[in-house]
Amino acid sequence: MTEPLVRPKRKNPLKRTRLPLSPQGTRSRTAHGLTAAAAEGRFALQTCLDCGAVVYPPRDACPSCLSARLPFRDVANGGTLLAETTVQTSTDPYFRERMPWRVGAVKLDAGPIVVAHLHGDVVESGRVRLEFKLDRSGSAVAIALPEKDTQNMADDPHLREMTCDPKFRRVLITDGRSVVGQAMAKTFSDAGAGIVFVGLANVWKPFPGLDTLRKIERVEIIPLDITDTESVTEQAEQNGARIDIVVNTAEHVRAGGIVGRHGMTIAREEMDIRYFGLLRLAQAFGPVLRSRGADGVNSATAFVNLLSVHALMNWPEFGSYSAAEAACLSAAQCMRAELRPGGVKVVNVMFGPLDTEWFQTVPPPKVTPAALANAVIRALKQGVEDVFVGDVAEDVRARLAVNPKALEREMAG
Amino acid sequence: MADHVAPIDLLAFARAVSSGDVRVIDLTQTLAQEFPTIVLPPELGQCAPFRIEEVSRYDERGPAWYWNNISLGEHTGTHFDAPIHWISGKDLPENAVDTIDVRKFIAPACVIDCSKECAANPDFALTIPFVKQWEAHHGQIEPGSWVLLRTDWSKRSYPDYAGLRDDGAHTPGPEPAVVKWFVEARDVHGFGTETIGTDFGQGHHFNPPYPAHFYMHGKGRFGLQCLTNLDLLPPKGAIIIAAPLKIKQGSGSPLRVLALVAAAAK
Amino acid sequence: MASGMTRKPYDGVVACAPVTIPYRRYSTNSAQWWIGRALHALIKAAGLRPSDIDGFAASSFTIAPDTAVGLTQHFGLTPRWLDHIPFGGASGIVALRRAARAVQAGDAEIVACVGGDTNHVDSFRKTLSTFSRFAQDAVYPYGSGGANASFALITKNYMNRYGARREDFAKLCIAQRDNALSIPHAMMKRKLTLDEYMSARPIADPIHLFDCVMPCAGAEAFLVCREDIAKSLDLPAIRILSTVERHNAYPTDPIQVRGGWALDADELWSMAGLKPKDVDFVETYDDYPVIMMMQIEDTGFCKKGEGPDFVRTHSFTNEGTFPHNTSGGQLSVGQAGAGGGFLGLTEAMHQLIGKPIGTQVPDARIGLVSGFGMINYDRGLSSCAAVLARAA
Repeated sequence: MTEPLVRPKRKNPLKRTRLPLSPQGTRSRTAHGLTAAAAEGRFALQTCLDCGAVVYPPRDACPSCLSARLPFRDVANGGTLLAETTVQTSTDPYFRERMPWRVGAVKLDAGPIVVAHLHGDVVESGRVRLEFKLDRSGSAVAIALPEKDTQNMADDPHLREMTCDPKFRRVLITDGRSVVGQAMAKTFSDAGAGIVFVGLANVWKPFPGLDTLRKIERVEIIPLDITDTESVTEQAEQNGARIDIVVNTAEHVRAGGIVGRHGMTIAREEMDIRYFGLLRLAQAFGPVLRSRGADGVNSATAFVNLLSVHALMNWPEFGSYSAAEAACLSAAQCMRAELRPGGVKVVNVMFGPLDTEWFQTVPPPKVTPAALANAVIRALKQGVEDVFVGDVAEDVRARLAVNPKALEREMAG
Repeated sequence: MADHVAPIDLLAFARAVSSGDVRVIDLTQTLAQEFPTIVLPPELGQCAPFRIEEVSRYDERGPAWYWNNISLGEHTGTHFDAPIHWISGKDLPENAVDTIDVRKFIAPACVIDCSKECAANPDFALTIPFVKQWEAHHGQIEPGSWVLLRTDWSKRSYPDYAGLRDDGAHTPGPEPAVVKWFVEARDVHGFGTETIGTDFGQGHHFNPPYPAHFYMHGKGRFGLQCLTNLDLLPPKGAIIIAAPLKIKQGSGSPLRVLALVAAAAK
Repeated sequence: MASGMTRKPYDGVVACAPVTIPYRRYSTNSAQWWIGRALHALIKAAGLRPSDIDGFAASSFTIAPDTAVGLTQHFGLTPRWLDHIPFGGASGIVALRRAARAVQAGDAEIVACVGGDTNHVDSFRKTLSTFSRFAQDAVYPYGSGGANASFALITKNYMNRYGARREDFAKLCIAQRDNALSIPHAMMKRKLTLDEYMSARPIADPIHLFDCVMPCAGAEAFLVCREDIAKSLDLPAIRILSTVERHNAYPTDPIQVRGGWALDADELWSMAGLKPKDVDFVETYDDYPVIMMMQIEDTGFCKKGEGPDFVRTHSFTNEGTFPHNTSGGQLSVGQAGAGGGFLGLTEAMHQLIGKPIGTQVPDARIGLVSGFGMINYDRGLSSCAAVLARAA
């Protein structure tokens, strides 16, 4: 049974903060098929289209029939732990400071043998569930979990290295004025976050929900205007070193296209709030997040980007909005590269139209702010990097995978 | 011909400024990011708040110099409203900040103190009787004068300053009748306030809505808002220097508003 | 796999002039330096000029970015036959059998076979992390325990399945250590006791410190030529009675319990015209004790799963009932990279010639050498073996 995590003691401010290290993240191009699956929390292995063999480690020809038709397909993740060992010495600095480290050979029901990290609750010759997770290098690794959930299983130190569990971590919700921000604050508090900082711009502007926000346990409201570089910088200077997860809830949703829209003011606001706001957050909070990737139980772990799924494909009815979202998606890719040395994940949570004021005219299905918040928590607990929330988001993703051009044409109406 | 008129001794004026015989009072709020701006329904176009981005600060971006890029709306911070700002003044000649006769940037001011009334009542509305009562004490408002409304609003915290409630802003301002009267009966130069706008917070419900904008700009008069330090001015006798930036067809402009007051005047 | 065709014997071809460049724990010299020393030692031992060497086979993990081709210019060789054999623990025997066929066919006359590596302070970690694509993709990111962790799983499984105990592995290791005490350049210079073995610090359970080799720098080499040339050079010669080589045998075994020897043992012995009991000593590839046990089983000394019992009923020092790893093997003298794949072969040649570096196995006329190499993912892929005899 996993020992439950205890709330970390307050940090001795005179102690050195250990620098974050990563396990080796280099993979063959083919092996990044696993990275793609792990990023979305899927368990996919190469499956030969000609002979049906399930293949691991990733290859460029089927070892049964030499076919090159080896796409990654979701397969059953059950298996048996054949043998395990506890590595006590390692040549890699990341593992050296985490010794001892259990690994084992798992025989998957689907066929292959997978050398995997072991959750503390799995036992030799026992049944396991295998999952691919992104480790701190951002590449996929397999971890064997007990077949059925066990108590406190998320607190397992090996597993927690690969997830961004908010338990005992301190989170910054950048904008508490939106209903999404408020739902996020509530959900993080419920998920056991240590402190929920909630940023508020223009505190002179009252809004409904402020009182409810104040009453949420462990919520601390702080002045933060992500359109103001100085405000963001000041907040990072003040609280940056005790923020482990940043969730950017700043939004700016306006209907309208590119050709048909009158003037640049709204577009500028979109870019200022969404794209430049993200850049300000990244520049102010990114370096300190990256430096605190190994700072104990509540180490810095994630930057959560809430993105419209239309970042992936423009939705002309909200065309300029989609473009700003696309800019944020691109920035997030860069941030991933830059935060990776700290083991900090950039989690892109892509949603379809929300059940909020600005999508008033959009027909269902829509995503409620609470559902979005729950999806964020789930993603962090799972340690995934790319999340699609809601039917529209799933639909866009699926259609994009099949025929992007068709999707583009269909979005045009 | 005016050659028989003795030339004005501007040097003496400069010496008086320097010596303090003429006091210079800054009526300007500091341009700062957190300073409230006008709030409109979110689906409408919005006035950009003041923003400042460091270009370099003796660093790799510019080793020996410090400077910033700023962005803001024409109506951000302490600012000047030109007649072109309002639909009622859109077709007037010389109605934009770049075309207004520069002589109009210097004018005397009458300061109507209603700070006591406003202290208890954010919905204080200026009326003709109130102004007439002021005139009874201080004499009639001369043509060509700025009318500045002292409310001490500039001393308030930002939430109180913006005065936003569920039904919109609650800040003091003029009734329609008094604005019309200022323009028609007193031929004022313009109207200035400490609040975010020249109009009453709930001015949307007036007829016409936003009368300070409607009447003043409709007759080619100006507005000043977000003023401060009005409590340092005499009811009469201050000269206002309010020269907006020369923005091409600008509807207004943030500016430094200065008041010149003879030392003996207060 | 029965082809129906009988393999040609290596008649008239011999191996000779085994040389060892004494090992060092760490070296600031390059692999090229170590291979160069070995080539130099070969020509000195044989009384040749470099230009007499017309065939060259090189094995090394640390010559990057060179290959064997680059080495020819480096060493001023102009061979007409060249091979690069980066097969780790299988390198020596594979080099031998290829060189032998080249000589037999007349493609080369005198082939120098060299295995050697340097060991810089950081080479071991670098070798591990880039050992293979599968290691990079699917092994190294899992604790980076290297071969220790992979063999831990193989050992654990073997112990679970066949009842081997750590004491059994200890017996092999202790005997080898005894054999190594007479080798001046051995990394391990002290006798190993059962108690020390059992209480050694764990590396990756059930692998403990004395189950592991110590990486070091060094080189091993020998010549392959026609028997008449060896005679003309006055070199004692070793006959090659039989060899086998196999890669990726039994790919569907979930965890490795046997190597390719099991597939090829019959062929090995029938080609040699001998039985396992005919050999006077055995050199197995000894990166971990469990692999030695598998080689003893798979080359035919006992059945699968009887390894533990075989160990319990034999003694393995040079004077014992089953002289094994007669110079102490890599576990005692150190693992000089690909040189480790030559070590058993050169030692067997020394023994058969009668001039071992350490102690002589009494009356050593026939020896079995087996090789094992390349943990690509979860198991060693390459296996090979050779039966050698002193030339009459």
